[in-house]
Amino acid sequence: MNFPSLSRFLVYAVLLLAALFFLAPLYVMVATSLKDAEQIRSGNLLSLPSAFNVDAWRLAWSSACTGVDCRGLQPYFVNSVVMTVPAVLVSTAWGAVNGYVLSMWKFRGSELLFGFLLFGVFMPFQVVLLPMSQVLGYLGLSSSLAGLILVHCIAGLAGTTLFFRNYYTAIPAELVRAARMDGAGFWRIFWRIVLPMSVPIMMVTLIWQFTNIWNDFLFGVAFSGADSKPVTVGLNNMANTSSSVKSYNVDMAAAMIAGLPTMLVYVLAGQYFVKGLTAGAVKG
Amino acid sequence: MAAALTIAGIRKTFGKGDKTVEVLKRIDMEVAPGEFLILVGPSGCGKSTLLNIIAGLEDPTEGDLRIGGKSVLGVAPAQRDIAMVFQSYALYPTMTVADNIGFALEMRKVPRAQRIARINEVAALLQISHLLDRRPAQLSGGQRQRVAMGRALARDPQLFLFDEPLSNLDAKLRVEMRAEIKRLHHHSGITSVYVTHDQIEAMTLGSRIAVMKDGILQQVGTPDQIYRTPANTYVAGFIGSPTMNFIDGAMQGQGENARFVFAGGSLALPGPAAGDVTLGQRPEHIHLADDAPWRGEVTLVEPTGADTYVVVRTDAGTMVVRAPASTRLDVGQQVGLSVSSRHNNWFDKASGIRLAV
Repeated sequence: MNFPSLSRFLVYAVLLLAALFFLAPLYVMVATSLKDAEQIRSGNLLSLPSAFNVDAWRLAWSSACTGVDCRGLQPYFVNSVVMTVPAVLVSTAWGAVNGYVLSMWKFRGSELLFGFLLFGVFMPFQVVLLPMSQVLGYLGLSSSLAGLILVHCIAGLAGTTLFFRNYYTAIPAELVRAARMDGAGFWRIFWRIVLPMSVPIMMVTLIWQFTNIWNDFLFGVAFSGADSKPVTVGLNNMANTSSSVKSYNVDMAAAMIAGLPTMLVYVLAGQYFVKGLTAGAVKG
Repeated sequence: MAAALTIAGIRKTFGKGDKTVEVLKRIDMEVAPGEFLILVGPSGCGKSTLLNIIAGLEDPTEGDLRIGGKSVLGVAPAQRDIAMVFQSYALYPTMTVADNIGFALEMRKVPRAQRIARINEVAALLQISHLLDRRPAQLSGGQRQRVAMGRALARDPQLFLFDEPLSNLDAKLRVEMRAEIKRLHHHSGITSVYVTHDQIEAMTLGSRIAVMKDGILQQVGTPDQIYRTPANTYVAGFIGSPTMNFIDGAMQGQGENARFVFAGGSLALPGPAAGDVTLGQRPEHIHLADDAPWRGEVTLVEPTGADTYVVVRTDAGTMVVRAPASTRLDVGQQVGLSVSSRHNNWFDKASGIRLAV
């Protein structure tokens, strides 16, 4: 074996080991969720499921019990969808408009405003829990999905604005000037010229926001009511419900269900994520 | 006929208090209908700011601006009936060439059928009909330039503004597009204001040239006036390539006996009244003459094909002489220089202002 192929072999070996290391938990989860209680008790974590058994998934989805409520994860999952979709769309659209203004329609103090917005990116959200719950109370949105949507829109705004603003500063100012001379106004320029150029950063922001909001636990646990818990909170409560026997297969299936949407988003749109992150100046 | 564009006492300052920078210092100018006015000057002279003020993209600090006799201060760029070609072309990257050209018409709610007819007409004029379905990224620099002009032409505006439109092109394309712009102006007859720092573009394109420096108009005139009778040493040095030769000296005697005396020689020339003056002499108006008393040493010979530029070091400074292509000279050789009494430019030595003879 000559030297270059040996080094090549080592590189692949290391990469393979790393991949195995990171994929192992996923394998354990999927394998365990497909086993029956009998096989789990036999103790081998890494063994393949003896039969392809989706009972645990069915249970986790529609009939596992959290306390006395035995409707499975389904209602929480629906809550998460109802909460995440509008929150992602609104915070992304809002961020796009903010970024557009902050980069192309600068006004006195706009840089300062942007500076303050940046604080929002670094601020630990625990800080806003109490004031936020007060505000939700004033608005009559406590313990409701609408309240959660509002919270996520505002919490995500700093990040989405930053994404779009930085992307838009790379767009030449002459483009906006040309459009102004052609007779387009503020919204027309945004809609017809700037937004169509924003696909890469739009994908990044959508994925980013979807992951953040879907996976959020803090706001979900703090601001939701009995009927508006997102899937993360539902999963936690379900796994913590004590019963005589711990059904690891059901817990694993439930965790998989809760994590599937974000995984799907990455698989389907991941290529755009990388493209968007590396997208440089826009050439006209 | 009323002026197509009147610039009346335009001032522009940036900043406040002590940090105020005056970019334009009272500019007054009139542009007649159908004229092709060139604003030329070095970077930072305020020419682009002036163009942006005409376009309505910036507001003047003081002064009035009239297009077709009507003041347009406070009127939005889109309502001024002007079109602009930008240095970076500023084509909309996500739209096809046809949509780029038709965008302004679409914004003005021109019906679709009429719009398409106009787009085709403009594309044919610019020979870009085969590119209408492409996007800007798929075009070469010259093609993008044509699309940018098509976008401006489509609206049939009262006034055309060009902001250094050729500076992103390579030398060969630049010459081609220069001719194209001239042809289009001839064809459309639309009043145009063209900003450039390239004095050759200024000379070849302009029906009038306005030379700017430090926010002040140095001279406004036809290319011929600017070239033959520059108003000061700045204009004289800026326009013309190679640049004009300047010889500092003094006038002695009067009338028939007038002599221009300078370091290393003197010339019998009819000049202005006695005093310290600078003689400006273009390279084509200094001649090599073996028997001339004013002498110098050849330091460089630059054949350009049609002419040969000979750089001669004299006691009064380095002179560039435009000589016939057949000239055979070696570096280090001693040559004589002669100047005829025609084509002399006299300037006040201290102020640089042109002196009458």
